[in-house]
Amino acid sequence: MIEERFDAIVVGAGMAGNAAALTMAKRGMKVLQLERGEYPGSKNVQGAILYADMMEKLVPEFREEAPLERHLIEQRFWMMDDRSHVGMHYRSDDFNEERPNRYTIIRAQFDKWFSSKVREAGATLLCETTVTELVRDERERIVGVRTDRRDGEIHADVVVLAEGVNGLLGTRAGLRARPRPDNVALAVKEMHFLPRETIEARFNLRGDEGVVIEAVGTISRGMTGMGFIYANKECISLGIGCLVADFQRTSQTPYGLLDQFKSHPSVAPLIAGSEVKEYSAHLIPEGGYKSIPQLYGEGWVVVGDAAQLNNAIHREGSNLAMTSGRIAAEAIGLVKSRGEPMSAANLSIYKKMLDDSFVIKDLKKYKDLPPLMHTQSQNFFLTYPQLISKAMQNFVRVDGTPKAEKEKATLKSFVKARSWAGLFGDACRFARAWR
Amino acid sequence: MNVESPVRVEDKLYYNRYLVDIGHPHVKVRAHTTPSPQLLALLKACPARCYELNDNGQVEITVDGCIECGTCRVIAEPTGDIEWSHPRGGYGVQFKFG
Repeated sequence: MIEERFDAIVVGAGMAGNAAALTMAKRGMKVLQLERGEYPGSKNVQGAILYADMMEKLVPEFREEAPLERHLIEQRFWMMDDRSHVGMHYRSDDFNEERPNRYTIIRAQFDKWFSSKVREAGATLLCETTVTELVRDERERIVGVRTDRRDGEIHADVVVLAEGVNGLLGTRAGLRARPRPDNVALAVKEMHFLPRETIEARFNLRGDEGVVIEAVGTISRGMTGMGFIYANKECISLGIGCLVADFQRTSQTPYGLLDQFKSHPSVAPLIAGSEVKEYSAHLIPEGGYKSIPQLYGEGWVVVGDAAQLNNAIHREGSNLAMTSGRIAAEAIGLVKSRGEPMSAANLSIYKKMLDDSFVIKDLKKYKDLPPLMHTQSQNFFLTYPQLISKAMQNFVRVDGTPKAEKEKATLKSFVKARSWAGLFGDACRFARAWR
Repeated sequence: MNVESPVRVEDKLYYNRYLVDIGHPHVKVRAHTTPSPQLLALLKACPARCYELNDNGQVEITVDGCIECGTCRVIAEPTGDIEWSHPRGGYGVQFKFG
């Protein structure tokens, strides 16, 4: 056993873990952070978009220091069928501001930098260390961790579980259930490298301006899923994700979907001639509010993806991770400053603070959307995109058919595919879940 | 577009950097004679195609190309078909970009 005792042990050096470790170290707490990868970031996978507001709360000067890719001035949503896409693009020069709101980042590089800030603040980081289990005392309180290093037991007043979506420790210790196939999506991604001028020309960008495309439709073959294309400085992050339960049900392969997405006529020209330098995969929590587990207990708190804190509708995960990590650390700091023990009763303040933040408020707002999208995937991801594409084609193609007949044909195709009751029901269900 | 068009996953994994922990696979398949539906699902769902059928119709795993997503854990750990852990500290895939 390592004799040295810590105020807090943080398991994981992703967004949530770094936010928690940084916040506690800044308060003068003695923090040990454990990371199983060779370096912080080496196991972390994300699209990725960084939200400046949440990052600013942790490292106000991050814009000057952090390895950022492009600040986003444009968001494109695409609804795709096999040969077309219907798009909604929002681009504004307002986003070319002094302190931009969103950036694309490359996680392994960003996390390395973020971790350097954590260490500057005084936390100790131990990489290449896998935590194998939580250590309990005779009263069943969590008092530390066991690692795969020799003499690997380490004690602390509180353990912050920032172990990511696959958090084994919490599950093994019975603190929360393993994620279910219908509550997590599997996303696969490739990094496509191109000269930056080529990226800027293809995406209509100047300098460090950036754009992201998010796409739904037949690309997910009727599964609940989404494709994404994010422009970085000299590469494009391109990927697609679908619910694990849908992969299980349909026997589609993730790499098959990815390659189809890449070869779609709307996508292929964007990445033509690129050099791929990495292929990655990751699970994304999709269960929303209803899948959030117990967040604290005797000597522990859970933050970030491990707590299923991800807003699937707005595609926000890392900012919920950062914010939950920071809030958990503030709660721990509060308990410590009162000189009180890290008991479940005292740590419950973390949940109260999180409930009052945008994290839980946003997840609560959309609590019924994940189940709706997951059970109606055929309609929302296959039928409607095909119908809408057909409607658009009817609208724009000029072939001598009278317009009234075209409109009639469009309407008929909708009613035929979903029936009046189905259309009405879908609209109502969607509106109710969105509200 | 044909879903079954042969995609060479090995070519994709070739881009990645791994530190293989020889002799210590972090995921193991429970010995079986006939694979469960969960195990069979992994043949398709694993994004690194770590799971293959052997000549006797049993599911086998080679973890060397694993990208540690956890999909197999979510599908086949609850039934006891596989044992799933993280690789030992420092081993496994090391993402340069992530």
